[in-house]
Amino acid sequence: MYSEKVMDHFQNPRNVGEIEDASGVGTVGNAKCGDIMRIYLDIDEETKIIKDCKFKTFGCGAAVATSSMATELVTGKTIYEALQVTNKAVMEALDGLPPVKVHCSLLAEEAIHAALWDYAQKNGIEIEGLSQPKSDISEEEEEEDY
Amino acid sequence: MSKKLIYMDYAATTPVKSEVLQAMMPYFTEKFGNPSSIYGISAENKKAITDAREVIAHSIHTSPENIYFTGGGSESDNWALKAAAEAYGTKGKHIITTKIEHHAILHTCEYLEKKGYDLTYLDVDENGLVNLEELEKAIREDTILISIMFANNEIGTIEPIEEIGKIARKHNVLFHTDAVQAYTQVPIDVEKMNIDMLSASGHKIYGPKGIGFLYIRKGVKIKSLIHGGAQERRRRAGTENVTGIIGMAKAVQLAMDNMEERTGRETAVRNHIIERLSKEIPYSRLNGDKVHRLPNNVNFSFQFVEGESILILLDSNGICASSGSACTSGSLDPSHVLLAIGLPHEIAHGSVRLTIGDETTIEDGDFVVDKLIEIIERLRNMSPLYEDFVKKHQS
Repeated sequence: MYSEKVMDHFQNPRNVGEIEDASGVGTVGNAKCGDIMRIYLDIDEETKIIKDCKFKTFGCGAAVATSSMATELVTGKTIYEALQVTNKAVMEALDGLPPVKVHCSLLAEEAIHAALWDYAQKNGIEIEGLSQPKSDISEEEEEEDY
Repeated sequence: MSKKLIYMDYAATTPVKSEVLQAMMPYFTEKFGNPSSIYGISAENKKAITDAREVIAHSIHTSPENIYFTGGGSESDNWALKAAAEAYGTKGKHIITTKIEHHAILHTCEYLEKKGYDLTYLDVDENGLVNLEELEKAIREDTILISIMFANNEIGTIEPIEEIGKIARKHNVLFHTDAVQAYTQVPIDVEKMNIDMLSASGHKIYGPKGIGFLYIRKGVKIKSLIHGGAQERRRRAGTENVTGIIGMAKAVQLAMDNMEERTGRETAVRNHIIERLSKEIPYSRLNGDKVHRLPNNVNFSFQFVEGESILILLDSNGICASSGSACTSGSLDPSHVLLAIGLPHEIAHGSVRLTIGDETTIEDGDFVVDKLIEIIERLRNMSPLYEDFVKKHQS
């Protein structure tokens, strides 16, 4: 059901953990739906480059893998470049996700945005194109018919 | 490195036993005749089916003419509910069932609701048991059917079937039970338990897939679901699944012959796993009743982690298990059974079902527990919920 890349990032997740006194922290999702992601960013004050990025995730294999990949994709980028990392980019980097797991990649994108928003709030700056993130991404359940 | 496969999903399906396969083999080739034909090989097949029906009837204490072979548990459930609703619909439109039934029952009930039937879905307690007083209170003038599972497929809770049968009989209401998980795991006596209809399946008991039966008490006037030829006393058309019937009967015979010894062994392995998990993994809980429980079922919730993640990591260690988490069902909601016993969503998401078989050993159980300890710790270390929990309790 999962690509080899997804399995690799699930079994050997990159950048698991916390950053003490992080520049920005974002938590999205809810336990009710079974996914919560938290992203920590360490941002260079001068260059605005993300020096380090860590995550913690409660969720399925795809949730862990998308978090792991998202941290890899934003590390080394400026906060402005990181904002351009979309869920599509995360999915592509993982060689795709099953349709029912696409919301996990949206959650990863949203978690990065939430951490950037937290950074911007703490420092009283505005990042163009970044609006207050939603705390949760959920999909409407499809109605089954008989 | 070649890994030993440890299969702990026997409630999903079982392998066909070699004795069962042996018994079936001739009926694929030299004994291929249609039982309805008149020549010799067909008469032999007819006789084999008669014998098979006797073995199965004996296993639930009834006579052979009350056993109707079907395509499996789901067909039996569909038939029992839809046909009973139709046959007794003039008497009333009210049907009572529970919130923890298999989808073969629940989705059939939803279908009947759309057809104008009135359904009551009984709550269960925190262990998954139906409350008998509530059941009796739910019965109305227009109640035509009670359908309550013998034992639950997810949490293994065995319902008080004999008492339910008594209540149904007292109020002159038909009683159907889905016994797919309980059959050959616990003694069943349809006479003593006042069961009017009972569904069972072949592939849960080391028989083949695609075969099951519905027991219908003599005098219950339900019509056919499948129309056509005169097979199964004109009640279930279609050329008999001869190999399936022979295989299922062989599986039943083997299972009934060693029931006490086999379920005793399974219970010991089950209890060993439950005891170790309870002791060695903090913030976990056993789901389902401790005492009224299928011999082969272990169902645990582990806080702060998610079920699918556990399953994938178990799989990478060669362990097959299942989960009630949303991620394995394709919807956002976790199992309806775990929600019905009152688990909050986030705890229901972190549940794992281990169902053992007649070849599962204590050593297998120990291996799985050891791996689960590692896996839960690993997943908790990457869980923001666990992080929050630890921080909250440190301060």
